Amino acid sequence: MTQGMLVFAASVPYGPAIGLLAGLGVLFGVALYIGSRKFAVKVDPRVDEIVEALPNANCGGCGFGGCRAYAEAVVLKGVATNLCAPGGPAASAAVARIMGVADVGAEMRVAVVHCQGAPARSRSRGEYSGLRDCRAAVVPGAGGGAKSCAYGCLGYGTCVEACPFGAMVMGPDGLPQVIERLCTACGRCVEACPRSLISLHSKKQAVFVLCRSHNKAKVVREVCDVGCIACRRCEKACKHDAIHVKDNVAVIDDAKCTQCAECVKVCPRGVIWDLSAARAAYSGTRAPAEATAQVGG
Amino acid sequence: MPNLLRFHGGVHPHDDEKPRTRGLPIETAAAPATAVLPLLQHIGAPSKPVVKKGDQVLRGQAVAEAGGFVSVPVHSPVSGKVADVGKCLHPLGMSVDAVVIENDGRDASVPGFGEPVDASSLDAKAIRDRIRDAGICGMGGAGFPTHVKLSPPADKPVDTLVVNGAECEPALSADHRLMLEHAEGVASGVRLLQRALARDGRLPKTFLAVEENKPDAAAAMRSACSKLSVDCEVVELPVRYPQGAEKQLIYALTGRKVPPQSERGLPMDVSVVVQNVGTAFAVHEALERGKPLVERVLTVAGDAVGRAANVRARIGTPIAELLAARDVSPGPTRLVLGGPMMGLAQFTDELPVMKTTSGVLVERREEEEPDRFGPCIRCARCVEACPMQLVPTRLSVLAEAGLFDAMAEWGVVDCIECGCCAYVCPARRPIVHQVKLGKWMLGQAQKKAAAAAAAKGGAS
Repeated sequence: MTQGMLVFAASVPYGPAIGLLAGLGVLFGVALYIGSRKFAVKVDPRVDEIVEALPNANCGGCGFGGCRAYAEAVVLKGVATNLCAPGGPAASAAVARIMGVADVGAEMRVAVVHCQGAPARSRSRGEYSGLRDCRAAVVPGAGGGAKSCAYGCLGYGTCVEACPFGAMVMGPDGLPQVIERLCTACGRCVEACPRSLISLHSKKQAVFVLCRSHNKAKVVREVCDVGCIACRRCEKACKHDAIHVKDNVAVIDDAKCTQCAECVKVCPRGVIWDLSAARAAYSGTRAPAEATAQVGG
Repeated sequence: MPNLLRFHGGVHPHDDEKPRTRGLPIETAAAPATAVLPLLQHIGAPSKPVVKKGDQVLRGQAVAEAGGFVSVPVHSPVSGKVADVGKCLHPLGMSVDAVVIENDGRDASVPGFGEPVDASSLDAKAIRDRIRDAGICGMGGAGFPTHVKLSPPADKPVDTLVVNGAECEPALSADHRLMLEHAEGVASGVRLLQRALARDGRLPKTFLAVEENKPDAAAAMRSACSKLSVDCEVVELPVRYPQGAEKQLIYALTGRKVPPQSERGLPMDVSVVVQNVGTAFAVHEALERGKPLVERVLTVAGDAVGRAANVRARIGTPIAELLAARDVSPGPTRLVLGGPMMGLAQFTDELPVMKTTSGVLVERREEEEPDRFGPCIRCARCVEACPMQLVPTRLSVLAEAGLFDAMAEWGVVDCIECGCCAYVCPARRPIVHQVKLGKWMLGQAQKKAAAAAAAKGGAS
């Protein structure tokens, strides 16, 4: 038999080479097998399971560098199981089940744009011909965009481009709109906005102050039709100590707000909105432009 | 004559304005009815106001003191009443603290204002202190406090002083006219700068750099230097933008290469200090005429300006007042502060002349400009043009893709924002704006990281 192989090997061209390589192959195979056994890294199978249960959008909304990093943090460092915003309650429940802990439930949150100063309702101070990027417009030397209000939405759509879920669009009025159905509250838009106009709120919250201008009332009246003038009527109307004027603008404390919408009724500038009705009829968080026009204009 | 070297890249910008403005003698602009003095006209810490609303001030009186070592005071260019200590708009687009002074028209000055002073006995430190007290910062455009540049640390001895009269920006002729009409003042200022930099009694080797298109200024400076026996070599450099940029100028004259910005390189790392001719003149005015920095020479030009001029304007003069006398054509125009290459477009003329305002340009705009630009066609003209030997095409494409970290790897912080790349780009890509965005994004990321580190440090 062996003699036969040797004869075969000697009889075909390149026979010795083939024999040598086959031998080396077997040798390396055995070495690799031993090596992989000896130096194997034990991976907690739960990491893979959690990765499977997550949406794998790698949005980073949880604060970790992608879904696998979050899964590893949950398993190895005991990080909370309900941090995946895109996954929502389903992901939260799945991760809790894999980890064998009680599900604390994901709070469904959504991004809200706190400005109604569309070009038609606010003043422009010039023409901006630089890069169409809100961040580029506020770079020192670029002039700060066309809008007179130093706190208002610049409208160049950097948040829309930052959204990994297609949940933001530029509305026909020149302001970004959030499509709540698609919004996962990952927070990318919040980071992208150089004017800090976007923040995340619980979906249970429906009353919002849609202005973040720290300008004094006189300036606000000059530059915008729908800006907060810090008149404090909302503060007086609120029975729950939930709305306060801080630094020339009203701010709602979501934790205290009962959605009674008393503040909405008294606001003389159409700045505060109860979006519960609008939400039922409309996919955006901002009130439809027509409705806003009736109140503000 | 030193063996002149050719820096990499550069461009020859189209220039209709310089031939028009170079022959115009310096006029004195009318004093403003109200002077607006931003407290951040220099690079560094903002100045701190020392007057309050209602105070009477004299011309040349300090209304704000230096807010730190890298800072300078601000002086009133007029006599009158402090109308407000509030905010004003800065050409960079933000709002800054400002002192507003209502001119009473009497021009009552502080004692000794404009009178000859003998400064020959001052030592280096006294010269530096007086320069600081006069509020002098670099007048070429950046506005770095002059006394800081004149205080090199002991481990970085300075052996060369370069006085920059290149004025390579198109359209501007203010430095040109200054050298022509006030050659002796500039030369005298150069001597003071030399003395401030003297080590063990030895003055630094001094070059006064002028572009070849100003032979009359070079001749005037040569004769002024020899008349006042100032040891300063007037060098005529080839005309090429940005010949007057600090790093390029130093390379052309001395062959020394300033380390890049990413290594925090400064001219003093190669033993050189560069000062603008305007700064030299301001030093002379301050130390030998008792006049703190309350006025400067600047060029008003642009195709929408009927009567272009080189004017001596008081700091704080509203641009609108300056332009009122210059026959600006109505219609859509663009206002630019600085030169056409590096100047900043403004949305309003309610801005004051500052210590760093070298030019006020008003350009006609025939039509709406497209704000869209084409894709990079990889022609590499920007690579050829970049005087910092960067790869602007790559920076531009990375900025468009939002890859700001990668921009850092491609040396975005070394960019001097001279605009050569954008000037030659056939796709009209706004490369300089993209670079500014990249630098800003990196700065924001750094701030965020620092804040996170501080929070972490504070928690543990």
